[in-house]
Amino acid sequence: MMGISWQAIYVLWLREMKGMWRAKSRVIGSLGMPMFFLAFLGLGFGGASIPGMPEGLQYIEYLTPGIIGMSMLFSSVFAGISVLWDKEFGFLKEVMVAPVSRLSIVLGRTAGGSTVALMQGIMVLFLSTLLGFKIAGVIPVILSLFFMCLISVTFVGLGLVFASVMRDMHGFPLIMNFVVFPTFLLSGALFPIGALPSWLIPVCYLDPLTYGVDGLRGVLLGAGASDFSVLLNFMVISAISIGMVSVGSYLFERTEVER
Amino acid sequence: MDAIEVKDLTKRFNSKGSVAAVDHLSFRVAESEIFGLLGPNGAGKTTLIKILTTLLKPTSGMATVAGYDVHTEKNRVRESIGIVFQEPALDWRLTGRENLDFHARMYEIRRGEREKRIEEALKLVELEDKADIMTDKYSSGMKRRLEIARGFIHNPKVLFMDEPTLGLDTQTRRRIWDYIKEVNARERITVVLTTHQMEEADYLCDRVGIMDHGKIIALDTPRNLKDLISSDLVSLELNMEGSSNDVEVFKSLDFVTEFREHNGFVTLKMERADLRIPAIMEVAKRAGIEIISVNLRKPSLEDVFLHFTGRRIRE
Repeated sequence: MMGISWQAIYVLWLREMKGMWRAKSRVIGSLGMPMFFLAFLGLGFGGASIPGMPEGLQYIEYLTPGIIGMSMLFSSVFAGISVLWDKEFGFLKEVMVAPVSRLSIVLGRTAGGSTVALMQGIMVLFLSTLLGFKIAGVIPVILSLFFMCLISVTFVGLGLVFASVMRDMHGFPLIMNFVVFPTFLLSGALFPIGALPSWLIPVCYLDPLTYGVDGLRGVLLGAGASDFSVLLNFMVISAISIGMVSVGSYLFERTEVER
Repeated sequence: MDAIEVKDLTKRFNSKGSVAAVDHLSFRVAESEIFGLLGPNGAGKTTLIKILTTLLKPTSGMATVAGYDVHTEKNRVRESIGIVFQEPALDWRLTGRENLDFHARMYEIRRGEREKRIEEALKLVELEDKADIMTDKYSSGMKRRLEIARGFIHNPKVLFMDEPTLGLDTQTRRRIWDYIKEVNARERITVVLTTHQMEEADYLCDRVGIMDHGKIIALDTPRNLKDLISSDLVSLELNMEGSSNDVEVFKSLDFVTEFREHNGFVTLKMERADLRIPAIMEVAKRAGIEIISVNLRKPSLEDVFLHFTGRRIRE
């Protein structure tokens, strides 16, 4: 196993950036769903009393970190799985025969996919202010970027895991329905997980996004808004993101381009 | 040192292993030659290329490329080779130049050198004026040319090409052949290509291995392979009004292995007819036979394949 090639990581990242820039309209279009969620859920439940929600918070405030997490979850998993598109279009072979370690390839892709997801997270954050979300200052935003990075790395890693075990894109809807949506819904993005039946709560605690969203709430809304401390959230999601990328690289290492 | 050495190489796809895609192959490729693997689809050519380019693990046996073992020294091999895949392997979201730049960076070519090499490569395949167009707008011929450029941009020792002209029209095919020859000559790169077109193997390759059912059944220069089946045919059209019609004299030539006469045409079968025609003319002249036309038919590689396998190559 060779070491890490920074040049390869950089060029894989650069490729992702160029791809994103050329698909600007699609990147912006993908903000549609999170914005609709924010607008309509925020409006619809704005006046409702939601069990378990911290005192003194507007629902839009509670919801925004959750929707940031959601949009990053979707775009990160998709970025990871899109290795399968490269496989389909043949470009993966060009990458696989290059004299760089598989780890560098995984890191390059993760960097690229995470950057795209991060941009979307930031855009959702700023757009949410139009719907009444108040940003408390520069430091909360900077701290939230750390959480956004960790969320995106985690789920790009998860996407790479799927890409390594799947043959082609046909399984993607299944992954969306049975992995991505439950991850979103059980993360406490829309409502406090304390409101769920007690047997379901441990499942929520296994969900990496729970810690991401809770961490975002902690840094953006103040310590009173999160279930766990910011530090605990940070440590848990950091550990998960490292684990996820490691599993992703391990599985990716073992895939042959063709069997 | 040989550019490629293959010893007893075998690849079976299912573990029970009834059919071997590559079956106990052994051969060598010398430095800076153009080596062709000729055979029908399913002969095992692509599998062999995938093993040599580290994309597949061999089941048994060994192979080295540029002196490095394809199984235990994968990264050394990867540094030493360029590949043009059978199916296009370009990023359609990038321009032609960006695709080359991506490649050059992956192979850690320094900036100044990188730009120089990219320009040279674009020039060689005549894509300079299309370099800044997205590759999804390229025709299949342009894509193939760009991939050839990409294949040698990082100064590989061996360039592999899997069916480099598959699906291209005749005119484009000719041009691709010329690029391949030029890359080989100018960059002194060993070229290994697979093909199922006789014409391509004949025109391009210094040596050709004929592959069938995972084995190389004959390996030599195209010329020697054709000589191997040694059955040039010479047809002579005679002037029946001439002074003599004593065609029997041709039988006396010791190199003629078969003789036929029909309606003023004489057909002679022999080896290396290109060297014999002067002697035939000489004999005819001495016997007073007037020859109107001479037709020499060389055996093609198609005949060679037929000779070794009893079958024709089909697309």
